[in-house]
Amino acid sequence: MFGAGPADAAQASPSSRVTLTINGERRTITVDNRTSLLDLLREHLGLTGSKKGCNAGACGACTVLVDGRRVNSCLTLAVRLDGAEVTTIEGLAKGERLHPLQQAFIDHDAFQCGYCTSGQIMSGVGCIDEGHTGSPEEIREFMSGNICRCGAYVNIVRAVEQAAHGK
Amino acid sequence: MSPQPQAAVGAPLSRVDGRLKVTGQAKYAADHDIDGVVHAVVVDSSIARGRITGIDTRDAEAQRGVLGVISHLDKPRLTYRQNQVSNAFPGERLHVFQDDTVRFFGQPVAVVVATTLEAAEHAASLVKVSYDAEESATDLTRGPAQDGPPPFARPYARGNAEEALGSADVRLDLAYRLSRNHHNPMETHATIARWDGDKLTVWDKTQWVIGTQNELAAVFGIPLENVRVLSPFIGGAFGSALRAWPHVTIAALAAREIGRPVKLALTRRQMYFTVGYRPAYEYKLRLGSTRRGRLTAMTHDFKYETSRYEQFWEANLALGQMLYAVPNVSQNPQIVPLDVSTPLWMRGPGYGSSAFVIETAMDELAYKLGIDPIELRLRNEPGEDPSTQQPFSTRRLRECFRVGARAFGWRRRDPRPRSTRDGDWLIGTGVATGCYDVFRGQAQAHARLDADGTAVVQSATHDTGTGTYTSMTQVAADALGLTVRNVTFRLGDSAMPPAPAQGASQTMLSVGSAVQDTCDMLREQAIKLAVEDERSPLHGVDPDDVVVRGGRLHVKGDPARGETYRQLLARNNRTYLEARGSYTPEEESRFSMYGYAAMFAEVAVDARLGLVRVRRMLGVYDAGRIISPKLAESQAVGGMVGGIGAALLEHTVTDHRDGRIVNANLADYLVPVNADIPDLKAVYLDGEDYKAAPIGVKSLGELVQIGVAPAIANAVFHATGRRVRELPITAEALL
Ligand code: FES
Ligand code: FES
Repeated sequence: MFGAGPADAAQASPSSRVTLTINGERRTITVDNRTSLLDLLREHLGLTGSKKGCNAGACGACTVLVDGRRVNSCLTLAVRLDGAEVTTIEGLAKGERLHPLQQAFIDHDAFQCGYCTSGQIMSGVGCIDEGHTGSPEEIREFMSGNICRCGAYVNIVRAVEQAAHGK
Repeated sequence: MSPQPQAAVGAPLSRVDGRLKVTGQAKYAADHDIDGVVHAVVVDSSIARGRITGIDTRDAEAQRGVLGVISHLDKPRLTYRQNQVSNAFPGERLHVFQDDTVRFFGQPVAVVVATTLEAAEHAASLVKVSYDAEESATDLTRGPAQDGPPPFARPYARGNAEEALGSADVRLDLAYRLSRNHHNPMETHATIARWDGDKLTVWDKTQWVIGTQNELAAVFGIPLENVRVLSPFIGGAFGSALRAWPHVTIAALAAREIGRPVKLALTRRQMYFTVGYRPAYEYKLRLGSTRRGRLTAMTHDFKYETSRYEQFWEANLALGQMLYAVPNVSQNPQIVPLDVSTPLWMRGPGYGSSAFVIETAMDELAYKLGIDPIELRLRNEPGEDPSTQQPFSTRRLRECFRVGARAFGWRRRDPRPRSTRDGDWLIGTGVATGCYDVFRGQAQAHARLDADGTAVVQSATHDTGTGTYTSMTQVAADALGLTVRNVTFRLGDSAMPPAPAQGASQTMLSVGSAVQDTCDMLREQAIKLAVEDERSPLHGVDPDDVVVRGGRLHVKGDPARGETYRQLLARNNRTYLEARGSYTPEEESRFSMYGYAAMFAEVAVDARLGLVRVRRMLGVYDAGRIISPKLAESQAVGGMVGGIGAALLEHTVTDHRDGRIVNANLADYLVPVNADIPDLKAVYLDGEDYKAAPIGVKSLGELVQIGVAPAIANAVFHATGRRVRELPITAEALL
């Protein structure tokens, strides 16, 4: 059972043009209105650092910053982001110089498989910016939207502490 | 040959692949950028048993971008040869799209391929499948049980357990219920498949590139050498990627039929249907003891779920046979075939489930006898393996408990249940033994030393997060006498020298020993070249007196006399030296080999709400030599987190009316989050076990999770006086 492929008669989904800044680079893109920010990054722009763990807002693997705030990119429709500024894990380091939280993750071995790591780090950057790093308990609470099935939580908290307080 | 100085092994190094992982550059299966790739989405069944009576694909195919819909109606040609190199179970594996039979809820029944993911997802939702549904059975407690598959799940007996129970001073008769758990690695399973003529390349999430290569060759009826499987990074697996599941075949099939490379990623929901799980158990344990706490008898009668098409087994007998010196034992394992997909080994398979039962029962016995739970265990320490009469290669469980008790502050504990309060919280502490086999497999490796003094070592092994890249680099660096920076370890390619599956904690031992052998050979080759070379400062030196350090060969005890690899290779006009080595375990070992752990937990239970919070945990491990301490600690702490999940949260819920898993998502299937995890501590006993392996290691990755759930359950009892013989332990059970 094979379709005729893209044909004129085929039902096309509406698409829109959006202009947004991704990791400092301004881009104008035509997106399928159904496309999430996560799929836009991964499937259309080749930025595969953001991960899909659930596609439903439950795991945080897809966390990126939109206008400085952490969001689950799987739940964010790309078409709504006209004019937005998006930072992904690929945009965090300054050239060869890692962001202090990236370095802290390496120092504290705050990951094993690394699949949740992009989301943890982006979420950690948000957590630090929001000032929710007063105590390990507070960090745990505000980092609980990011699941790590490898169980690196103890070291994730230490890494966020290090980056927040230069410890 | 002179032993090499140990510099890298044992050093707390950071992961060598850390930079790739924190910058988002590590490529997991779905991340590979393959030219011309199109997207596949699986349509799965909405009944658990019956026949497909029709598949209407018209709406789906009318979508722009849809390239095709494939199902059994297209009669896709697949060979399904027998395949011995597979973690399949007795029975016959599920064949993809070969007939109209539905065997479980969520079985793949069609696949949609489209140029974009959005189009494929939407079109998949438009495929209408009609069924002739039959009544399904998915409830373990109601299905008829039968004997498990030989040779792994056969009854076992020693002595006369019935008689010994009859005459025991003290007897316990206990029934347990353990829930089904899903591995739920954060990375969903994904495969990219590309055909070049009759050659197939797949980028896959797999813990066994060689196994997946063999399975694809068998399913498609093509020579093994026509298939290449790549898996450089794996986003966790915990056992779920130990076999090539149907979606791997579907990706390759779709690529063949559509004539384009195809990417197929399962959804999180689909992860609950077709990539295995830890089966539910019903377990009856009877235990006989003297008044002084010497065990006289144990009987294990249990059943667990499997599919109707394969007879699953797991290692659920060993602990009952070897953990304690019990003269009379009987075990009667049974399986219950149901309208479900086949389970697959999940971290600490079999051991984790049986340890929960045995170790909480030991705690009950300790209370019944008024003996300290650690003391009770020590009174039943065997001098040799009670099931084989073999000596233990090493067994340092006593030491684990001694070290752990001191560090945890065990002696300060008031043993009476419900004796300690902290406001509304009831506080309790508990212990349990952890123990896991030392599995060993054949492995090979290749090493090349280049003229610039750097080396590349490779083996078709895997890194699910365990740290293989790093630990193998450490072993290779010391064996070659190079700094870690000058060694690159590669893995995850079926074209590399073969290695076993990354499961059963066998990688460090097996592949590590092969890497050691390979790099020893390569170093000796270089030394030979030097001592036989008249122009070398090492000319004429006994090769056994030469060591290599920092890339420089020199006489042991006379560092001034020597030269570097670079000088040696340049002078001899060699662009590289290479070696291929291996590890093969002896066919029959004279020793009983296991890793051991003492697990300690402190919990707080809300007296009014029944809510359980873990306050702290400590694990002390006898795991042999520790190659990579920083990563070993992460493994141990991760094992505790996994165990906390199993103890308190994880529970796959099936609606037995239609076989649907109702919590097939991460919002309803609870796993530990950061706020659930306090400070956790791990201590590895110093030491090594050269009877187990040439590099002195035992096993680690499973061991660290085995005793966690029972230690927590025992702490919950101590806190509340309530004995819960069920997993997970929920607030409801404590109210
Ligand atoms: S993928 Fe977005 S929250 Fe899980
Ligand atoms: S590091 Fe594997 S899921 Fe977090």
